[in-house]
Amino acid sequence: MSVPAAEAAPLAAPANLRELFFAFNRLSLQGFGGVLPVAQRELVERRHWLDKQQFVEMLAVSQVLPGPNVVNLALMFGDRYFGLRGAMTALAGMMLAPLLVVLLLTALYGQYSHHPLVSGALRGMGAVAAGLVISTALKLLPTVHRNPMGRWLALAFALLTFAATALLHWPLVWVVLGLGSLAMLLTWYRLGRREPPK
Amino acid sequence: MTGAELFGLFGHFLLLSLLAVGGAITTAPDMHRYLVTQQHWLSDAQFTSSIAIAQAAPGPNVLFVAVLGWNAAGPMGAFATTAGILLPSTVLSLWATRWGSQRRETRFVRSFTNGLTPLTLGLLLATGWVLAEPYVSVAQYRWGAIALIAVTVLVMVRTKLSPMWLVALGALAGVLGLV
Repeated sequence: MSVPAAEAAPLAAPANLRELFFAFNRLSLQGFGGVLPVAQRELVERRHWLDKQQFVEMLAVSQVLPGPNVVNLALMFGDRYFGLRGAMTALAGMMLAPLLVVLLLTALYGQYSHHPLVSGALRGMGAVAAGLVISTALKLLPTVHRNPMGRWLALAFALLTFAATALLHWPLVWVVLGLGSLAMLLTWYRLGRREPPK
Repeated sequence: MTGAELFGLFGHFLLLSLLAVGGAITTAPDMHRYLVTQQHWLSDAQFTSSIAIAQAAPGPNVLFVAVLGWNAAGPMGAFATTAGILLPSTVLSLWATRWGSQRRETRFVRSFTNGLTPLTLGLLLATGWVLAEPYVSVAQYRWGAIALIAVTVLVMVRTKLSPMWLVALGALAGVLGLV
């Protein structure tokens, strides 16, 4: 997949396992209410290890595979640069410190859970977490322009997926199998028409 | 909890790992059925607060699984559920990624990833919606929550500020009773 001229800024890469570990450690510890928005900011905007298109493709694959999305993303990213060692390093970076923090909080929570200030703070953080995920979606939205099926069809698939899961509460498996297969077939067809099949 | 029960806990989460398409949180209803209804290892309130704690802490959302395990059976429980939910999906992901990246330029893999990216965007929006709904649907919190979400989106799209500051702002707004 060639990089278009508009986004041709050269991409950087993690220099070693140590840098990889601390990059994932850092983005994970910033990830209140979900790591994905921070991962997008750190990997794409701050470190330039991935461009938008690569990020959204990696995310797509990590969402279809079973397992936690950001964990899959960390595994795929680490594996790309340092193989199995990289995958395990990124995973450890993402999981270890937050695991300790969350277990500590668990021990503390029992005593303060009914305090109105605590529940108020949790509500505010929850609303921000929702806003963070929505803004990640908005920032990745321009990737539809480069979709082989055309921007309008791609946008339609995005909206249909939103409606099916958020509003109609369809099980995800059926959404992916139904809408996903249709989208893949369409892409397959468009790719074949544009260039001779490989 | 006996060793056999601990092993059962581990086994159940191994199975859930492979069913967790779209993230670990999608299997929460089944975890509730197993831990609360069937085994009585956790109360209803313990289950809900386990998820709330993990949401409030930094790190991947999947950590709520460790909190569930901890509350059900202490450190060994946390280890059993966390290892269980991670092992199968990790092996499968690594295998699938390697298979795919060797064939990155083929029409099949390109159709697969390009076909799915619009769904990914839709799923992200849906996740935002699901996270916002509990606040927006309660009249008392509605406008405060909508304002916080709007500010968050605006700041994230327009500036390079770390999301951490926004989370701190949210906590502050909550403490002050604005949300």
